Amino acid sequence: MTSRTKRTTALRSTRSRQLAAISVVAIAALGLAACSSSKKTGSGTSATPTSNSSSTASTPSQAAPSGSSSAGGGQLNGGNPVTLTWWHNANTDPGKSAFQKVADDFHAAHPNITIKVQPFQNEDIKTKIPIALQGTPPDIFQQWGGGALAQQIQSGKLADITQYTQSWIGDLGKGAAGWAVDGKQYGVPYDYHVVGFWYRTDLFQKAGISAPPTTLDELIADVGKLKAAGIAPIALGGKDKWPDAFYWENFILKECPQNTIVSSLDAKKLSDPCFVKAGDDLKKLIDSKPFNDGFLSTSAQQGAGSSAGLLANGKAAMELQGDWEMAVIPPLTSDKDVASKMGFFPFPSVDGGQGTPGAALGGGDGFSCSTKAPDACAAFLQYLTSVPVETQLIQANAVTIPSNGNATSAISDPTLKKVLSYLQGVTYNQLYFDQYMTAAIGNAINDAVSNFMAGQGTSQGLADSVAKAASQ
Amino acid sequence: MSTQSRATARSGETLPDVADSARAARQLDRLKGRSSWRQRLELSFLLGPALILFVGFVILPIAVAVYYSIYKWNGFGPLKDVIGFANYKRAFSDSLFIRAIEHNVIIAVLSLVIQLPLSIAIALLINRKMRGRGFLRLVVFAPYVLSAAVTAVTWSLMLQPGGFVDQLFKNAGAGSWVHAWLGDTHIVLYTIFVVASWQYMGFGIVLLLAGLQGIPGELREAAALDGATPWQTTRMVILPLLGPTIRIWIFLSMIGSLQLFDLPWIMTNGGPAGASTTMATYLIDKGIHSYEYGYASAVSVILFVFCFIFALVYQRFALRRDTQGSLTRMAG
Repeated sequence: MTSRTKRTTALRSTRSRQLAAISVVAIAALGLAACSSSKKTGSGTSATPTSNSSSTASTPSQAAPSGSSSAGGGQLNGGNPVTLTWWHNANTDPGKSAFQKVADDFHAAHPNITIKVQPFQNEDIKTKIPIALQGTPPDIFQQWGGGALAQQIQSGKLADITQYTQSWIGDLGKGAAGWAVDGKQYGVPYDYHVVGFWYRTDLFQKAGISAPPTTLDELIADVGKLKAAGIAPIALGGKDKWPDAFYWENFILKECPQNTIVSSLDAKKLSDPCFVKAGDDLKKLIDSKPFNDGFLSTSAQQGAGSSAGLLANGKAAMELQGDWEMAVIPPLTSDKDVASKMGFFPFPSVDGGQGTPGAALGGGDGFSCSTKAPDACAAFLQYLTSVPVETQLIQANAVTIPSNGNATSAISDPTLKKVLSYLQGVTYNQLYFDQYMTAAIGNAINDAVSNFMAGQGTSQGLADSVAKAASQ
Repeated sequence: MSTQSRATARSGETLPDVADSARAARQLDRLKGRSSWRQRLELSFLLGPALILFVGFVILPIAVAVYYSIYKWNGFGPLKDVIGFANYKRAFSDSLFIRAIEHNVIIAVLSLVIQLPLSIAIALLINRKMRGRGFLRLVVFAPYVLSAAVTAVTWSLMLQPGGFVDQLFKNAGAGSWVHAWLGDTHIVLYTIFVVASWQYMGFGIVLLLAGLQGIPGELREAAALDGATPWQTTRMVILPLLGPTIRIWIFLSMIGSLQLFDLPWIMTNGGPAGASTTMATYLIDKGIHSYEYGYASAVSVILFVFCFIFALVYQRFALRRDTQGSLTRMAG
C-alpha cells in the first residue's frame, strides 16, 4: 500500500517537501556531481535488487505472462548480451516487487537482455534524472511527458523509439501522444490519470445533499450546506501548490474550448478572455470560503493532517484530486471501510462556459529510453504495457488505471470503475499545465495560482503569468 | 586573549634578534637543501588532501556557479546561450527575490535582538552552581542534536490547525490567540523564527557557556571584594570578557540567518504566497523545480557574495582583535 501511495504521490509532486542538500554552491555542486554519480549508480548498487528478485520471481504464480509480446521478428540488440538499467520511482512494495518481477520475466523471455532495476524515492528521481542526462543516463527511466520531456530531449540522450512502437502504440490510446514530441515517440505510458472531485458519501448524506453538484453554483450551495452541518467542505493541499493549480486549470477547461487552450499554451500566451473568466470563477469559489482551516500550509498527501488525510478521516467532505486518491487515502486512516465511503464526480460546469464537452485534466506515468539498445528498451516497454502484464500490475495494486485499454477489465473496485468509465468518456484529456509546459512556466503557473488562493493577484495576473514566465 | 596579544607585542621588541637567527637558520637550511625538501614534502603531504578537498568542493563549485550564471540554461544540452548579467538583473527585479532577502534580514535582526540576549541570560543562569545544572544544560542543547528535517516535521505536526500548539493555547484559556501558524502570510515567518530559535539556541548557549568557563573566578571575587553588586559584576566584568564569544556567536548566527533553508523548505515550501521564502529556498526552487540552472546559479552567486562580504567586513571590524595571534599571516 505504502509503495503505491508513494508512487502515485510521485506523479504529481515535483514540488513537495524533502530537502536537498544546500550550500551556497549547491547548484554548481550538483552539476559537478553529475558526471560521477550517474556512473556510480549504473553499476554500484545494482547487485542488490537483482539478488532480491530471484525470490520474488520464483514464488508467485507462474501464470505470469512470459512470451506474450516479443517484439516481432529478429533478436533484440542483434542477439548480443546487454544490461539495461531501469530507474523507476516505485521504491516500496507492492510496486517495487511488481516491477522487479516484470524485469525478471522479461529477462527469462529474452536471455540476452538483463535489466538492472534501480528504484528511487520519487523526489530523488526527479532531481537525479536531469542530472544524469548531463552525463550517462539510465537506459530506461521514469517519464511524465509534456514540456519536461521536450526539454530533456535537448540533451540528445533520449532515444526516438517511433519505429519500434508504431505497430502497437495504438493499444495505449490517444494518451500515448503525451509521450511524443513532434510526432516522434520518446516514451511510453503505462498508466493514465484523470482529475475530479472525490467526496465522502456519508458526509454528503449528513449534510442533506442528495446528489453531487454538477454546476459551480450547485457546488457553492453544497459548500454552504456542509458548513451549516459543521463539516469542512473541501480539503486542499495548498502547501504543495499543484493541487491549487488543478482548480484554475479545470475552470479553464470549462470556460475555453480545446483549440483555444492548446493553441494558447503552445504560444505560451493566454490572451483569450476565457482565461480571465476562469480566474473569476475560481475567485467566486474561493469567496465562498470552502477550504479547510489552514489550507495554505496543508500538504497534499503526507499524514492525517494532509488534505487526503482530512478526507480519509472524515474531517472534510471533498477533495479535487486524481484517481490515485484511492491509493493514497487508505493508509492515512484507521477506518478499514474508507474506500466504500468514497465517491467521485467530475469537475462541475460553469454558466455560459465555452469548454469542449468531454474535456478533462489528467496525465500519466511512463518510461523513456536512452540511446543504448533502444530496440530492447522499446520491446521491454511493449511487454510492460501488454495486457497480461498490466493485469498483473493492477492485481498487485501497482497500477490504478492502465494505459492499455484492454487491461481495464482487471479493475475491480466499484468507485474506480466509475472513474474509469468517466475517463473512457473523456474526449480531450489535457495534461496538467505544469507538466505540459516547460518546468519554469509550469512552476510559475503553480506559484501564481497558489498566490491567488492566498488572496494575492488578479484573474488577469493569473492569465499573464504564463507569458511572463515565458519571457524570462 | 588579551594577555596573549600583549605577549606578542612584547616579543616584537626582540624581533631583530629573532629575525637574525631565523635568517641564519634559513641559510643553513638552504645549504643543507635536504631539510627544505623534507619540509616541502611534509607540507604538501599534510596540506595536500585538505587543499584538494577545498579546491574541489569549495573553490571549483563557486567558479562553476559563476560560469553557469552568465548562461540561460535549463540543465540539459550544451551551454550556448550567453546572456551576460541578465540573470543577475532578473534576480534584483524579481519582487519575490527581494522579499526573500528581506525575510533573511528580518530573521537576522530578530536573532540579534531576541535570541542573543535570551541566550546570554540562559547561559549565565545555567553557569551558576546549582542542582540539576547538568540536566538543564542537556535539555538546552538537546534540540540542536536533532536534524533540521526532524525538527521541521515535528513542529509542522504540532503547528497544524487543531494540533498540539492550538490545544495548548485553548487549554490555557487563550483560545483567541490561536492562528494558522504556518498558513497565515503575516505570521509564518515569525513562526519559523521561533522554531529556528528552539533548534539553534542550544548551540549558541553552549558556546557562551564555554566562554563563561574561561573567565577566571578570581575576577568575580575581586569585584565582589570591591563591593560590586552581582549585576555590576555581570555588566562590567563578565560581559566584556565574554565579548569574543559573543562576537563569534553573532558571526555564526548571521551566516546561519542568511543561509536559512531547511526549516522553511520542509515546513512551508517557502509559502504561503512566498511569505517564508528565503534566498536559499528561492534558489533551490528555481534550480530543481523550474530547471533554471543558469538563473539559480546566479542567485547562488548572489547569496555567496552576500555571505562573503558580510564575513569579510565582520572579520575586519569585529573579529580582528579576537583572532589576532591565532591566525598566521604572510611575512612582510
